[in-house]
Amino acid sequence: MSSPADKQQTITFTEAFHRALDESMAADPNVILLGEDIGDREGGGVFKVTKGLSTKYGDHRVRTTPIAEEAIVGAAVGAALAGFRPVAEIMLMNFVTVAMDQIVNHAAKLRFMSGGQTSVPITIRTRTGAGGGTAGQHSDMLEAWFAHVAGMKVVVPSSPADAVGLLASCIFDDDPCLFIEDGMTRAQVGPAPPPGHRLPLGKANIIRAGTDVSVISYGRPIRDTLAIAERLAGEGISVEVVDLRTISPMDTDTVLESVAKTRRAVVVHEAPRSFGVGAEVSARINEHLYSELAAPVLRVASRDVPVPFAKVLEQEFLYKPSAIESSIRQTLAAKARR
Amino acid sequence: MNMSPRETLPPATLLAIYRKALLINLVDERMRALLSSGRMAAVYYSPRGQEIVAAAMGVHLQPSDYLVTMYRGIHDQLAKGMPLRQLCAEYYGKATGTCKGKGGPMHITYPAAGIMVTTGVVGGGLPIANGLALAAQLRKDGRVTVCTFGDGASNIGAFHESLNMASLWKLPVIFLCQNNGYGECTKYENATAVAHVADRAASYNMAGVSVDGNDPAAMWHAMREAVERARSGGGPTLLEANTFRFKGHYFGDPAAYIPKAEYEAALARDPMPICRAAVLSCGAATETQLQAFAAEINADLDDALKFAADSPPPDPGEIDIDIYGTGARA
Repeated sequence: MSSPADKQQTITFTEAFHRALDESMAADPNVILLGEDIGDREGGGVFKVTKGLSTKYGDHRVRTTPIAEEAIVGAAVGAALAGFRPVAEIMLMNFVTVAMDQIVNHAAKLRFMSGGQTSVPITIRTRTGAGGGTAGQHSDMLEAWFAHVAGMKVVVPSSPADAVGLLASCIFDDDPCLFIEDGMTRAQVGPAPPPGHRLPLGKANIIRAGTDVSVISYGRPIRDTLAIAERLAGEGISVEVVDLRTISPMDTDTVLESVAKTRRAVVVHEAPRSFGVGAEVSARINEHLYSELAAPVLRVASRDVPVPFAKVLEQEFLYKPSAIESSIRQTLAAKARR
Repeated sequence: MNMSPRETLPPATLLAIYRKALLINLVDERMRALLSSGRMAAVYYSPRGQEIVAAAMGVHLQPSDYLVTMYRGIHDQLAKGMPLRQLCAEYYGKATGTCKGKGGPMHITYPAAGIMVTTGVVGGGLPIANGLALAAQLRKDGRVTVCTFGDGASNIGAFHESLNMASLWKLPVIFLCQNNGYGECTKYENATAVAHVADRAASYNMAGVSVDGNDPAAMWHAMREAVERARSGGGPTLLEANTFRFKGHYFGDPAAYIPKAEYEAALARDPMPICRAAVLSCGAATETQLQAFAAEINADLDDALKFAADSPPPDPGEIDIDIYGTGARA
């Protein structure tokens, strides 16, 4: 798919996050950044996403904070109430738990509780993901926690281009957005989007069209799924891949339209299986399409255990691409019974 | 009242404080009467005893200054300019309430008077106050943010994170701790390791002041200093206003945990009659004038409560509104 000409116009995820921040700050002086180590004096962030931005826009707009997640998110909430569009970087998703009161009790609810008199247009960028040996407190995918809270938007990009478009849309959205970045794939490259790229929130993407089975996923497993779909196409199996992009509010219509067509669905995510996004997607499909389904909706997810350290255990924890393939085949096997 | 200039007030200032305190006092009395008689059903945290703290704060602030308060916040809200109609209608859970009946007493919001957040979470407002103050600092618009909370909130982690950040960034914010002696049902010294909340300011290289919050002059001067410091770029202040809470933690709390002798000693220092006597003795107003002020407030309150009672409840469809905004901005 990529020609040599395209190759020059590729970017990594890290470059994509940086570009979205840079473009947003250039577009609107109300966009400010808050986070640990994010200024150039501190090296431009542990993950270098913000490198150069404090030099370009000033320390007043790119603010290195103390290691104090509740204060970081709270400051973002307050500045947002006063009309700013703050982007808070919480280095890792497990540290977001330190700021739960600000997110769950305040950011998500102030619009509703004030009867629409105030709003909280903040973006919380956070990184996570298992596979790098960071164990139980630096790897969790907690997106379902936040999707469970009305008023929050939860967004996960699956490609660098999507990362630019979705992050910029989060920043200019009028509600609190949690933007989840995958640490393991940060250096992965993809086609660069045009300047000013935006993608709508709350809208899923049919990233590959197919007719036999729908695989619904988001984030890191999308790439695994696309590779499997490509391989299965050689066997005459047509897999449709639905990238949710936004976990909440979920684009149920696109999911249901896809499954109504294929009558089979597999939901894939990196987070543990139980009480996860997969359960919610499965429930929505069953509530609307039960009588039309040719097979039970299956879930592929990581194990219901803390993320372990040792490589062999960590791989045991993580969802397996082979399980995506076997689950697809399992739903297709059910065809014979009907 | 001590006669040193630091602790006296011009009569007009004292009267301005008293009039705000009287408003708070009369609204609070009416709210409790409505709750007792069953004519209103709402969670309620009476500010009885803390009127002067809020009143002396309020006279220093402009409508454009920001307030972040908490569930025991009706006195702060009234002192900051909360209109009675929208307040009462919100307590009644009506569509005409300031939050359209969706927030209720614990989440009163009225940005037109700078009332930005009322939180039901102890300590939850402090981190947000920093953000409002940061906005004012970035815009150089001269606004001051006042964050009120109780002594109990000084023990939660958000207090530490917030005061450190505020001092580090020299934010124009005033952390107004209303130390009423009890955090919920636990006495101050059984939950707090320092003698005065203001002592903690030293840990943050921040101005820390502890005053008799029931003394209009002491409270007014301390608040003025804090507001001037914030407006002039001098950074935050931790202002501890020592006061007392006469009606327990929540409405209906028998407050058996307060020793009788302590309660009676506090009652002897009830700031409302003391302030009233001071107003009369300095000639700021006559008895007749004070009665007229009260009558005026009661008339406004009658009007507001009638407005609230006559207002419709929210439309059931309102439940789906204000979860999210209408859309992204370009």
